[in-house]
Amino acid sequence: MNKKRIIVIGGGIAGMEAATNLSAMGYQVTLLEKENELGGHLLGWEKLFPTMRLGKDVIEFLNKGIGLTHIQIIKNADIIDARKNDSIFSVKLSDGRSFESDAIIVATGYDLFDARKKEEYGYGIYDNVITSAELEELFLSGKPIVNALGKTPKKIGFVHCVGSRDEKVGNVYCSKVCCVTAVKQSIEIKEKIPDAEVFCFYMDLRMFGMHFETLYKQAQEKHAVNFIRGRLSEACENIDGSILVKVEDTLAARPLRMSVDLLVLMVGITPSEGTKKIGAMLGLNFGPNGFYKCMDQHTMTTVSNVPGVFFAGCCMAPRTINNVFADSRSAALMTASYLENYSIEKRTI
Amino acid sequence: MKNFGYTLSEDRQINYDKNDKKILAYVKEHEPSFNICISCGTCTATCSAAQFTNFNIRHLYTLLKRGEVTTLKKEIAKCMLCGKCLLACPRGVNTRNVIIKINQAIEKYSL
Amino acid sequence: MSYDPFVIPFSAGAIILFIILIYKYTYWIITLSKADTFKLLKGLFSIKFFKAIKEIVLESLFHRRIFKINPVLGYMHMSFALGWLLLILGGTLENKIHSHKPFNAPYEPIFFKFFNHDINAYPWANEFKFVMDFLLLFVLSGVLLAFFKRIYSRLFGMKKTTRLKLGDWFAMMSLWFIFPLRFLAESFTAGMYDNGGFLTGNAGRFFASFIPLQDVSYIAWWAYSIALGTFFVALPFSRYMHIFTEVVLIFLRNFGIKNCKVYNSFSAIEVNACSRCGICIDKCQLLTSSRITDTQGVYFLQSIRNNEIKEEKAFDCLLCGRCQEYCPVGINLNNIRISRRFEFATGNQNYDYISSQVEKTAPVIYFAGCMTHLTPSIKIAMESILKTAGIDYLFLDKNGSICCGRPLVTAGEILKAHKLIEKNTQLIKDSGAKTLVTSCPICLKVFKEDYKLPIEVLHHSQYLLRLINEGKIRVHHSKESAVYHDPCELGRGNNIYKEPRELLNKVVNLQSVSQEAELGLCCGNSLGGVQLNTVQRDLIRIDALNVLQKNNPNYIATACPLCKKTFVKSAETDVKDIAEIIWLSMQNSRKPKFVHEIKQPKEEAVIEL
Repeated sequence: MNKKRIIVIGGGIAGMEAATNLSAMGYQVTLLEKENELGGHLLGWEKLFPTMRLGKDVIEFLNKGIGLTHIQIIKNADIIDARKNDSIFSVKLSDGRSFESDAIIVATGYDLFDARKKEEYGYGIYDNVITSAELEELFLSGKPIVNALGKTPKKIGFVHCVGSRDEKVGNVYCSKVCCVTAVKQSIEIKEKIPDAEVFCFYMDLRMFGMHFETLYKQAQEKHAVNFIRGRLSEACENIDGSILVKVEDTLAARPLRMSVDLLVLMVGITPSEGTKKIGAMLGLNFGPNGFYKCMDQHTMTTVSNVPGVFFAGCCMAPRTINNVFADSRSAALMTASYLENYSIEKRTI
Repeated sequence: MKNFGYTLSEDRQINYDKNDKKILAYVKEHEPSFNICISCGTCTATCSAAQFTNFNIRHLYTLLKRGEVTTLKKEIAKCMLCGKCLLACPRGVNTRNVIIKINQAIEKYSL
Repeated sequence: MSYDPFVIPFSAGAIILFIILIYKYTYWIITLSKADTFKLLKGLFSIKFFKAIKEIVLESLFHRRIFKINPVLGYMHMSFALGWLLLILGGTLENKIHSHKPFNAPYEPIFFKFFNHDINAYPWANEFKFVMDFLLLFVLSGVLLAFFKRIYSRLFGMKKTTRLKLGDWFAMMSLWFIFPLRFLAESFTAGMYDNGGFLTGNAGRFFASFIPLQDVSYIAWWAYSIALGTFFVALPFSRYMHIFTEVVLIFLRNFGIKNCKVYNSFSAIEVNACSRCGICIDKCQLLTSSRITDTQGVYFLQSIRNNEIKEEKAFDCLLCGRCQEYCPVGINLNNIRISRRFEFATGNQNYDYISSQVEKTAPVIYFAGCMTHLTPSIKIAMESILKTAGIDYLFLDKNGSICCGRPLVTAGEILKAHKLIEKNTQLIKDSGAKTLVTSCPICLKVFKEDYKLPIEVLHHSQYLLRLINEGKIRVHHSKESAVYHDPCELGRGNNIYKEPRELLNKVVNLQSVSQEAELGLCCGNSLGGVQLNTVQRDLIRIDALNVLQKNNPNYIATACPLCKKTFVKSAETDVKDIAEIIWLSMQNSRKPKFVHEIKQPKEEAVIEL
């Protein structure tokens, strides 16, 4: 068996699945994760679109893979240095440990957009404005859904494109998954609070994936979710703590005001701090939006500009979970190709 | 060939080919960022004038793009040029300058 | 009286110049408004007259302000202005002493050495010889510098120097030739008659050794006279009009005449007083950040003088006031720019729909401003502070405002702005308030300049300072470090630099940055920059942030909602408005209050003092 070594930086879906596949192929894999447990952002999601299956099922699946292989897992790993010398990579942690490998997979994932930057929506200022991630955690906790005033919300608003497609906060790209997540969470809220009124304020509804349109139709048909095409300009607070929303109903061509008991901001996906840090250390190229730049948009999406360094997951772009699984296996294959010196690896475009 | 046509009256439909697009051409030439508007409506939502009257800047922009300018002169005069729309636009359209250019075009072509 | 035909070009030129100047200045002064004319007459017979003389000596002769900014440039201007004036005065004195006649032809001092070959014929002849030659050398050094500045402006520490038009070239060339020709003419004559000083005398002897002076010296005097005559005739149609216009401007300004937003004869005087020193070019952020090179103050004034104002030039300006701050002549460039934007205004207005009523009367009005609604933390902090301090106030634009009117002014739509000003003034009067506090420096500027309100108008930083000094609110020092960004409209626009700093010093460790206060940088999103696109504004913002974030403060303090919204786009440091900082300090906490958790039903945010 090969005893070539690989370091995987990041223990989310991408990192776990890439490590699993490479270890199954017989390589020596070390997985570095900065938090105390593996799973990344998936740990905070209750149900996944478009099928509404439980997120923890996917985590279980990933853990099974880890269990069936021999990966050296290092948690609470704070990387202070990563570099390449000739063809050997070395990574140093703040506690003094260091690791060496013949290839690296970077799977440092994403951070969510800090909604405080979009001050006019009131996150961090008004109590009843929360992010989609916080709503999802509320779902996960199993606790009854109440707003900051302790009352069950009767009207809930979802604001699409917070921190995405917005030149004024410096992120002009689309975060891809927020639209379908809003539809998913609308359905979930309606299931938990059947007589609530749910409104989604959108610019476009990006239902690009298989079954996404079905989910959208289901939201309208079964759950009477209202979709209002208009982008919020600001949110204010009423005396009773409910949130007053200012938007133009573009399809009705008139400005609209509405009070909601809870306002959920669909925050976008941004390059994580880890992505920026590791990229700087290894000399990786960044694209114009701050994500990693791959060698070719069509044919080499998991290959970086540094030979032996590969990417997987949201450190390259906003991704859906099924994409990330595909990415991570692709990255594993590309890494093996590189390490075994397959001729197909030499192709250029 | 039978005339299958719609029986909409003339001024219910936008007759795109016949519409006079001189004002649109002037605005596009002098403020090219007008092209990137996606009609999201944030400008109208935040507009200072829109809270007192039915001034709807996104709607006016859309009509302008189609060449529908009959109400343009009277409506655009309601704008206070406060700049909130400029500050809110997610695409980076220089909405304030678009309005100034519209006013100039209206004067130039004696609407 | 001495005479020779060669004095004709000079004399004719001087007479023509004199007539044109009298005509132009009389026209401008006659067309001053009644109020301004009254100020002029009052000032002529007052102490202000002498103050003006003092400023003329300091600025038009010694160019003190230019010296402070750029010593080499200052020396160059001074050598021309002071040197030439002293040459004229010296020559006149010399001529008077020599001739004992009460009346001499005006050209005699200029061509003294031609007409007078006997150097020992009058008292202090030797001293005069020395002084006149020294002054000539002084001016010649300036000519040399001017020549090099044209070729290689970096020698002067200036990245760019003013570009010239054909008429200006003509005038400039003749000016440059005057003193070298004087030098040659006097030297040739000195070589023939030995009546020169240390410079002309020695030069004359040198020339005598290989030039047939008998033939060429007369030509040299003709050339000198022609150069002078040409320059005089070209002067009123070129940039050199500034030489005399600056003097007129200083008088009028000292008499209290100010320019306004509509272009009048005082504006015309200012436009012609521009000495084209070019200092405004390098200070303009449109040049240093956005690489726009043809809209700076000096080019704009040039285009007005030549009556060819292109619209982009009028509108491509942030109205940030940096050029004005550095201008050694003190020209109010912003108002001139606004007045020309007025020429392009269409006045298509329809504000009859605006009707508002005040909901109550109160001694204090809080006017947040349009932009503040997009940065709600500022207005919420202000309301919390006002409530905690127990102030009875009316939040005039709580549900959205009638715009204050300044955005219309900066776009040149002055008549439309007056409509809004009328409506807002009525509201303010109806409220019965004695104090108007606003969070937006843009609103502040128009309230103070164009509204003519009978009540006091304050920015919230000034009002908060007052509340602290009166003991109505108490703050804690957070020991964090911060830098303060001077908003253009608050700093240069309203001359408010000290109060925000005094206020901040009570709660944070305020660090200074390399360009601040009067020389602070614009954030780039000024409403004055009507036509700038996103990329151009981004470049300005990035450069401004680099200066502010250089020493990694804990946060950047701003006093303008527009600046705050601009910086948040790419700042790595936290950006907070002064009102937010004070409110947080009153709560003695830096963590945000609001986290998603179940809480008691909310009361108004009041804390015990």
